[in-house]
Amino acid sequence: MVTFAVRRLLGLIAVMLVLSVLVFLIFFETPGVDPARLMAGRNPNQATINAIRHEFGLDRPLPVRYALMMKRMFITRDLISYGSHTRVIPEITSATPVTLSLVVGAAVIWVIFSILTGVAATVLRGTVFDPILMILALIGISMPVFWLGEIVNLFTQSRWHGFFLFSWVPPLGYTPITQNPLKWFEGLVFPWLTLSVLYVGFYARVLRANLIETENEDYIRTARSKGISERRVLLRHNLRTSMITFVSLFGLDFGILVGGGALLTEVVFGLPGVGLLTYNSLTSLDLPVIMTTVIYGAFFITLASALVDLLYAWLDPRVRPT
Amino acid sequence: MSAQNGGPLLQAEHVVKYFPIKRGILIQREVAQVHAVDDVSLEVQRGETLCLVGESGCGKSTLGRSFVRLFPLTDGRIVFDGQDVTKLSRRGMRPLRRELQIVFQDPYASLNPRKRVGQIVGAPLAIHGIGDRRERKQQVQELLEKVGLSPEHYNRFPHEFSGGQRQRIGVARALALRPKLVIADEPVSALDVSIQAQVINLLADLQEEFELTYVFIAHDLGVVRHVSDRIAVMYLGKIVELSPAEELYERPIMPYTEALLSAVPIPDPRESEARERIVLEGDVPSPINPPSGCRFHPRCRYATDVCAQIEPPLVDYGNGHLAACHHPLNVDKETLARASVDERRTPAEADEAAKPVEPGRAAAGEGRAG
Amino acid sequence: MAEPLLSVNDLKVSFRTEDGIVRAVDGVSFTVDEGEVVGIVGESGSGKSVTMMSVMRLITDPNVIYQGEIVYKGRNLMQVSRDTMRGVRGEEIAMIFQDPMTSLNPVYTIGWQIEEQLNEHYDLKKGQARRRAIELLTQVGIPKPAERVDDYPHQFSGGMRQRVMIALALSCNPDLLIADEPTTALDVTIQAQILELIKNLKRDFGSAVVLITHDLGVVADIADRILVMYAGRIVEEGNKEQIFYDPQHPYTWGLLGSIARLDRPKARRLTAIAGQPPSLINRPQGCSFRPRCPQAFDRCRAEDPKLTAKVGDGHLDACHLSIEDKRARRDATINPELAETA
Repeated sequence: MVTFAVRRLLGLIAVMLVLSVLVFLIFFETPGVDPARLMAGRNPNQATINAIRHEFGLDRPLPVRYALMMKRMFITRDLISYGSHTRVIPEITSATPVTLSLVVGAAVIWVIFSILTGVAATVLRGTVFDPILMILALIGISMPVFWLGEIVNLFTQSRWHGFFLFSWVPPLGYTPITQNPLKWFEGLVFPWLTLSVLYVGFYARVLRANLIETENEDYIRTARSKGISERRVLLRHNLRTSMITFVSLFGLDFGILVGGGALLTEVVFGLPGVGLLTYNSLTSLDLPVIMTTVIYGAFFITLASALVDLLYAWLDPRVRPT
Repeated sequence: MSAQNGGPLLQAEHVVKYFPIKRGILIQREVAQVHAVDDVSLEVQRGETLCLVGESGCGKSTLGRSFVRLFPLTDGRIVFDGQDVTKLSRRGMRPLRRELQIVFQDPYASLNPRKRVGQIVGAPLAIHGIGDRRERKQQVQELLEKVGLSPEHYNRFPHEFSGGQRQRIGVARALALRPKLVIADEPVSALDVSIQAQVINLLADLQEEFELTYVFIAHDLGVVRHVSDRIAVMYLGKIVELSPAEELYERPIMPYTEALLSAVPIPDPRESEARERIVLEGDVPSPINPPSGCRFHPRCRYATDVCAQIEPPLVDYGNGHLAACHHPLNVDKETLARASVDERRTPAEADEAAKPVEPGRAAAGEGRAG
Repeated sequence: MAEPLLSVNDLKVSFRTEDGIVRAVDGVSFTVDEGEVVGIVGESGSGKSVTMMSVMRLITDPNVIYQGEIVYKGRNLMQVSRDTMRGVRGEEIAMIFQDPMTSLNPVYTIGWQIEEQLNEHYDLKKGQARRRAIELLTQVGIPKPAERVDDYPHQFSGGMRQRVMIALALSCNPDLLIADEPTTALDVTIQAQILELIKNLKRDFGSAVVLITHDLGVVADIADRILVMYAGRIVEEGNKEQIFYDPQHPYTWGLLGSIARLDRPKARRLTAIAGQPPSLINRPQGCSFRPRCPQAFDRCRAEDPKLTAKVGDGHLDACHLSIEDKRARRDATINPELAETA
């Protein structure tokens, strides 16, 4: 297990290194982009640009610039954004709890509801409820998050805000859980639901397909021949093995969302998370922020896939290292 | 070594095939090797049916497939019709592919479900550019008739056929190019008994008609008795006994063969009761780490110390009956004496031969000389 | 005579499909006495597995239609509630399946899987189930059972997994053990081990055994009585001696003839049964075997033969041929070469 963890850690560092180099190169090799000019504001004179270029080390050779940026990102942690001229690291650390709050809450909802829906559809196979559930799931998958979010906002924030059902919904934005847990919760309920709808639909369908496939396995027949109850056959034998695919998908999706993939939800609900930060830095080609968010995202995705591997080994003894 | 037409059709010399087992995510390192075929030499004579028998994992399929060069060998040489094919390139193999064909075990998995029967059987003809479209169609329809299907089946899909019929399609495809050698890899194992008999009879008829040579890979010793002229019994990558077919059943020399024969249930209650059944203990050991000395010794009831230490060479006991055993069965003193004088080496020599560098090379060579 | 342990009366099992109704089992009746070994022999699609799966009510296909009775110890299993059926499964009737590689759940230890069954049927104290599991593994010949009880199925070889399956099946001392092709997926030396084990366990546990197989060699050794099935029906039934030495149905002859026998010298040709088994949707008129039967005559088309006793006690067959005709023609079918020389 220790060697596994060490190997994974080395892998994580390697992935982050490669990604940072790639992003750095893409940025500097993109023709027609001059960071110094971008930072200098509107209509700068050449002297200002040169000054900025020197100040940020942009006149040094490429590897040195890369090393410089890495040093400022990890060691001195005083990397300055080209756009807002603020420090990048504190920006990321303040955006992280927002994204984590959003994604963890949504994940809880989507795991619970997709398992319920998937299992229900399997049990109700042969009745009308199975196709109804699956059509609902398909509708969930088909609704774009930005559209759904806007519709939700339309109802909860303006149109029916006066209606008793939605009157408690606070205005868009984020309240830290440390400041006011209730407000934190109230503000996130609709973002959670909006983000999870897609995943509930998708995961329910995947799980149902897996459950039905596993249903035909010989060991399910063996379990029945032992005289154990249908419920136990379904939960302990069928669901348990079907969760293997579910878990590996979940780990990656979760990692992607924490790493900034919940961008649209964050934008629609005005949540100052990592996604929003990345989005803004991309539109202004703000290299330090892009670099930092990419590395941050890579960290979570690799971490998630390492966790999936561990979970996988727990779920399936066949892949355990002996 | 052999003339174009006089010598054996196929010679395998010291064929070794190891499959590496790899571990690691980014950098694959080889952690072990599966010793699928470990220094096997044999010859396939023109017009005969040679059976490779053994239990799963004994290397019979790997050996059979190495004859048609489905993968490169780890070591050794394959000579087909006087030509060394071991090092031939893909292009160089091409003309030989016409003469070497293979029939696979699973009639359900080995036919492309999206192709029509005519396309499947005609594919080898089309690939080798034989005839024009109409000629090919006619040839395919003739072939279908030969294998007991009807020419009207030309436009059907494989799923419309039963297992036995699909195997007939597989046979037709293999015969399309009029090969000299057909490797039949468990061609009847997946079929019901009554259908098995049909396919076996078909193969026998076709052998006569097209003067085919068969290498028949099978695990069912009953079927093997009825199709083969010679039989090679394999165990963990080695040939442990090689004998004319009838003789193997009447007079097995290697204890493994004896046990294998006795384990086959006989559909006759009285005879079944009268037979002595040798139930072997345990499982076949892993081919990743085969036992020392004679590979069969951990399960052999005759095994002594020498079996664990020295690998027995294949010894010719006369009449083309070879076996690799320190305690040969069914051999009278005279034969044993002759065999030992002629073929057996001193323990020191056998020891030398058992060294891993070139395992058993001398042994097999001598065996053939007899 | 005592009541039979199991009696199946005119069982019909069909499946609704897009192409029509598949009559997988079409009117099968037989009995199994206590402690008896019954072999059911037939080729794929003959309905042998479906029959015994129906006894366990293990067919989950929603398109299945059952008719007939399955009486076990006086109860009609077709009628009992699902909960009662669960009590029967595993505790009174247990089943071993063909492929040991896929019949055990890969994510649980074999100990867990045996204990699960024990806990389902008995009120056991902590540790008791585990001790019993180890005891069972010892009985089926698993080396070092106390250690291996915590291993997962993939850590066992095929033969060992089949032993585990047998331990599982025997864990509640069932009165009836159904073994569905238990050795088909195994190598011949391992098959010999497993057959030996089943024989010994039958002696030790006293269970009745129904052995489903396509291999007449397997039943020749351990079955007391044999049922030969073809296209969803029993075509011949009798004890071992009767089936092997006095077979009455041309299909049985064909089966016996088409086996490539290990103990017979190389034959010039094997006796094959021509053609394919019939479609179970559109059964041929009259006798189902008629299209493949070299002995068929007019009556075989006109009239469906019934399974009746014609030659001796307990020896039933479904064929219109007269006893004299059968005796005269049979040897030519089973072994033409022997018949020629005789």
